[in-house]
Amino acid sequence: MNTLNTFMFVAFPYVAMITFVIGTAIRYRQTGFKVSSLSSQFLEGKKLFWGVMPFHIGLLIVLGGHLLAFLVPAAILAWNGQPVRLIILEVTAVTFGMSILVGLVGLLHRRLTNERIKAVTTRMDIAIELLLLAQVVLGCWVALGFRWGSSWFAADLSPYLWSLFKLSPETAAVFALPVVIKLHIFGAFLILFMVPFTRLVHIFVAPLHYISRPYQQVMWNWNKDRIRDPKTPWSPTRPKNN
Amino acid sequence: MDIRSQVSMVFHLDKCIGCHTCSIACKNIWTDRKGAEYMWWNNVETKPGTGYPTKWEDQEIYKGGWEKDANGIDLKGAGKKKGLRNIFHNPHMPEIGDYYEPFTYRYLDLIESPAGDDQPTARPISMITGKPMDIRMGPNWDDDWSGTPDYARKDPNMKDLSEAEQEAMFQLERMCFFYLPRICNHCLNPACVASCPSGALYKRGEDGVVLINQSVCRAWRMCVTACPYKKSYYNWHTGKSEKCILCYPRIEAGYAPACMHSCVGRIRYLGVLLYDADKIHQVASSDDASLVNNHMDIIQDPFDEKVIASAKANGIADSTIHAAQYSPTYKFIKTWGLALPLHPEFRTLPMLFYVPPMLPVMASVKDVDNTAQSEKMHDIAKYWPDNWLYDTSTEELWGTIEQARMPMKYLASLFSNGDEAMVIDRLKKLMAVRIHRRRVTVGDITDAKADKTLADVGLTAELADDIYYLTSLAKFDDRFVVPAAHREQAIEMLEFTGDVKGNTGFGFKDGSAERGS
Repeated sequence: MNTLNTFMFVAFPYVAMITFVIGTAIRYRQTGFKVSSLSSQFLEGKKLFWGVMPFHIGLLIVLGGHLLAFLVPAAILAWNGQPVRLIILEVTAVTFGMSILVGLVGLLHRRLTNERIKAVTTRMDIAIELLLLAQVVLGCWVALGFRWGSSWFAADLSPYLWSLFKLSPETAAVFALPVVIKLHIFGAFLILFMVPFTRLVHIFVAPLHYISRPYQQVMWNWNKDRIRDPKTPWSPTRPKNN
Repeated sequence: MDIRSQVSMVFHLDKCIGCHTCSIACKNIWTDRKGAEYMWWNNVETKPGTGYPTKWEDQEIYKGGWEKDANGIDLKGAGKKKGLRNIFHNPHMPEIGDYYEPFTYRYLDLIESPAGDDQPTARPISMITGKPMDIRMGPNWDDDWSGTPDYARKDPNMKDLSEAEQEAMFQLERMCFFYLPRICNHCLNPACVASCPSGALYKRGEDGVVLINQSVCRAWRMCVTACPYKKSYYNWHTGKSEKCILCYPRIEAGYAPACMHSCVGRIRYLGVLLYDADKIHQVASSDDASLVNNHMDIIQDPFDEKVIASAKANGIADSTIHAAQYSPTYKFIKTWGLALPLHPEFRTLPMLFYVPPMLPVMASVKDVDNTAQSEKMHDIAKYWPDNWLYDTSTEELWGTIEQARMPMKYLASLFSNGDEAMVIDRLKKLMAVRIHRRRVTVGDITDAKADKTLADVGLTAELADDIYYLTSLAKFDDRFVVPAAHREQAIEMLEFTGDVKGNTGFGFKDGSAERGS
């Protein structure tokens, strides 16, 4: 049992994180063409709306919540000091968790029943969608069955996650958790592990740089200032697209 | 002044016969691939008609292009706020049904079916799902179907015409249509470029071709919404958007683009224009009344010394400036003022111009007495009791233009942001050239009359002959003045020439030649 625990919460997290970082970087650098959100709205739009909106919005909020509890556990604990605020936080989390669940079920149904969408579905798409579904079901189960998650996450799990980064895993708290929570934690690392091999890579090309970019983009294949200059018969610098 | 060069196009609609050869040439080279079957980077539409995708001109549906606001202009359906807000689901994106579901037929069934009582058939199957399907739509199903309730009557350009004017267009004896070939306009103020959240789209500084970097596109599909001409297409298989590339590999090699090269009616012209990039925003934000004229004015005189100096400062080669001075498109657009942009009100400053069609023939029905003629005929000859003549002579010089079957209001809605005078001006010039040539070749029009028609529209006999030459007689090299691409420098786009300096011919480039010991 201890070996399995060590694998799930010490060995595998490192494998997952290393694979995630290196794999994503390689995929982005070497096969930029394969980094796409692979939108299927063009083939089917109405059902997509009712799946994709609750899924993405819920996911952004729930993931953001997990991230906050990991980064600033003290602040979360302080917020949860008053029962009203704790309940507001928990209700919000469960609501958006359910929103992910509803969206994901809708998306999976669409993917499995629509003929056109089937034509653009790979086995990996189904695999990652089932994995996400399992993770969300576990997450909702944890939220409803093991309250108050936001507090014990900040108190017990945050130190564990930080200890992984400090390369001296403190696993006592994790080993003692109920199976459902353990599976949810392991699922998180499994998804992280899968990111470079699935369409989830599109998270990391979210177009935030668009906000600060000028609207129009003009690209010169040659240096317009130098090309007619007789003193520069060849370019002294490597062209950008080389 | 920031002069850049732009490869521009002029389509002479009087000459388009709607044969779709251009579309096929393009399809065979570029879009005969999985995911791109439905794409027609070049397509030909019948006008009036709804086009491809259906009703693409109706921006209340598709939200393409720019619209004027308090600060100038903003994208109508995309942009920083709207684009990022709608990134998970874009409510204004056309779907496959707005174009058509690509199909083929199961031809093998005709050969391989076992012997039986029934004739085997080749069922249509979807090229997306591979399953049998009912064909509901094709890329040019409004071809020649002017007047049908599904197509011509739903043309978005009809909205400004009164009920009576619309009815008049669809009476059988007054029915008329023309063809509108469309490719990407390679705009100066491209909405697709502005809308791309990833920054995958860009305009090339050297020749103005607008391209999508396939390795940077992330399928946020905002360009599909933003392009008011719907010339950016989403490849459902690769998850990347694609568009007309103006055959840039051909242009760089000195060839005309495939659609232009293959044009049977020789309606297409391609040439360099020099434009002032500093003015783009200001022109695109012009008020409605001055928009089209400002659009034309952004194109600069290639003989002007200041323009040439600024062009050189931007690295534009002498050969390109030379090409701009001999550009057939410059002649049509600026020197002669014959061409107009398609839907300038979208404010993308398209660089593809159209000579408006004078069709159908300006003619009137006259009462005549045919009895004398009939009496001369043999008894067994078929006798037609007609007493009218379809008169194509031009007794009244300009009266017939306003009476043309295709209402000026309709043409103005397509080409001049609703300004009928601008279209009439172009048509009068086309008419004047015809009258002048009739004087020269047939001789039944007096010099006084022919000269007056030319003077009325500000042309001279020489100019009219030039127009006639480029319209009717021009050879390949007159119609396509492709600037030298400077292949001697093109290598620098691909590799660093410093690497091989001094090595040529000795095989040291890859570092494999090692000194022996």
